[in-house]
Amino acid sequence: MTRPVERAGIFQLAAEAKGQALVFSQPLSFWGGIDAETGDITDHSHSGLGQNVAGKILVMPSGRGSSSSSSVLAEAIRRGTAPAGILLERPDPILAVGAIVAEFLYEIRMPLVVCDIGGIISGDRISIGVGANGSAIVGSGDARPSGLEASVVTPFDGK
Amino acid sequence: MTLELTAQDRSMLDGEQGPSAAAAMKILVAFSKAVGAGSLLDIAGAHIDGCLYHGKAGLDFVERLVEGGGRVQVPTTLNVGSFDLIHPGMVKMPVAEEVPAQRLMKAHLVLGCQATFTCAPYQTRFRPSFGEQIAWGESNAIVFANSVIGARTNRYGDFIDLCCAMTGRAPAWGLHLSENRRGRILFELAIADPEPSDSLFVGVGLIIGQASGDRIPVIAGLPQPRDEDQMKALGAAAATTGAVALFHAVGITPEARTLDEAFQGDAPDETIRISRADIDHALARLSTVPASTPLAAVSLGTPHFSHEEWMRLLPLLREAAPGRGIPIYVNTGRATLARLQEEGALVGMEAFGLIPVVDTCTYVTAILESLDGVVMTNSGKWAHYAPGNIGVSVAFAEMQDCIRSAAVGHVVRSAS
Repeated sequence: MTRPVERAGIFQLAAEAKGQALVFSQPLSFWGGIDAETGDITDHSHSGLGQNVAGKILVMPSGRGSSSSSSVLAEAIRRGTAPAGILLERPDPILAVGAIVAEFLYEIRMPLVVCDIGGIISGDRISIGVGANGSAIVGSGDARPSGLEASVVTPFDGK
Repeated sequence: MTLELTAQDRSMLDGEQGPSAAAAMKILVAFSKAVGAGSLLDIAGAHIDGCLYHGKAGLDFVERLVEGGGRVQVPTTLNVGSFDLIHPGMVKMPVAEEVPAQRLMKAHLVLGCQATFTCAPYQTRFRPSFGEQIAWGESNAIVFANSVIGARTNRYGDFIDLCCAMTGRAPAWGLHLSENRRGRILFELAIADPEPSDSLFVGVGLIIGQASGDRIPVIAGLPQPRDEDQMKALGAAAATTGAVALFHAVGITPEARTLDEAFQGDAPDETIRISRADIDHALARLSTVPASTPLAAVSLGTPHFSHEEWMRLLPLLREAAPGRGIPIYVNTGRATLARLQEEGALVGMEAFGLIPVVDTCTYVTAILESLDGVVMTNSGKWAHYAPGNIGVSVAFAEMQDCIRSAAVGHVVRSAS
């Protein structure tokens, strides 16, 4: 059984994606916080230190800190080390620009969604889809996790 | 909300003013829609935070605009880059990174930007005035322009600041509009201090940054600052621990002559009291090592040292006369350095270990020679970012303690 994560959101950049949720209650600055070469979190003051954002659905309340985060995000998208998508509770124009420029230069679209992030837990399978009216549809990715995800054991997973 | 464009905006968007203006307008329009702006407005200037080489994407973007024959439409200053162009050889970087990093700085000049390369454009002749609409990048510059000067900018990131400069336009949204500059959260200080230390302002900044979220903070009871550098330190710290783009300090900043003006007649959503103990606690978290740890270097000037700060530093250097060869790096704007050199103010100072750094900053690039031991700084921003960026241990202290520590070779602090 999968916990319900289905919810609607507003796109800051519209695209589809799937991935495992990486949830932080504390905002993370891409600049000074993430190594664009690897996707590793390097902010020593952040609870996610040492984790990796590549291919994940990054979930956090908002962006934070230096305005240089746009180009770190764009570079990470170019290199394939960026999250597969980002869910925020509040719109973040700095991350929006990074995503829009990566689309302009490289035609790679990383969805950036503003939505309620309550009830999403790290490890949840998340899918981001485009609704008929252009809104974001955030849902649970795969009702039946593949073997790989099943092997990722977290205390609250799969309930 | 639909975004209304003028005939001039549409002409740019349609490519009638060249492919670069069209690209810039296209991104600006997408951004403006993402933030829900109803229209664009004219700007008087821009500050571009695009010269730090974070990788190929940043360079690809600027060179694409250069290829299209683009030019900035308003006076435009540049933030720090990865290089000290005045002191070649200071930055140690592999050639594979050096070449694109230098290309990035030079491509911006081809677009017509000014070679300021400073994170403190408010210290240059391009300083904006009260009420002026501008599009600035660099978090400390943004919070300073909005709060201390009363100019109006949102937090513009890389790319979008340049798109604003290339079009002379910005989205009419957020802090460009009076009603959105209203205070939301009140911080009450119960600290009477006729001669407040620099670190008091850093500590207040760290706390309001952490607690404000996206609400505009109002500080009541902040001791009258000695000069605008203390406000610079407060804003830089607040923009480091949080996303603060504007704060009001009652009786100090220009849009907060009274508490009522700061809140535009409304009540605060929340009130938080800040005690001396809160400030001490916030500052203690900046230091990753205990006192008496051997000192590798001192780094001052984040944000860039003003002329006034130099005038406070130089007597301290003469008095303590550090002679152990511990480097004292001071990041500053190239225009400030040129003025000091004209004045002859730096003559003989290298004997004390003084190394001025321009065009860049010691925490964004490879300048520090030895990373064994701790680096002392008086900057909340440097102390926060340097461990992650360049892998150093940090001790935060007042400027005079940094200099005294350089003289004795290990971390010392005055009893507070």
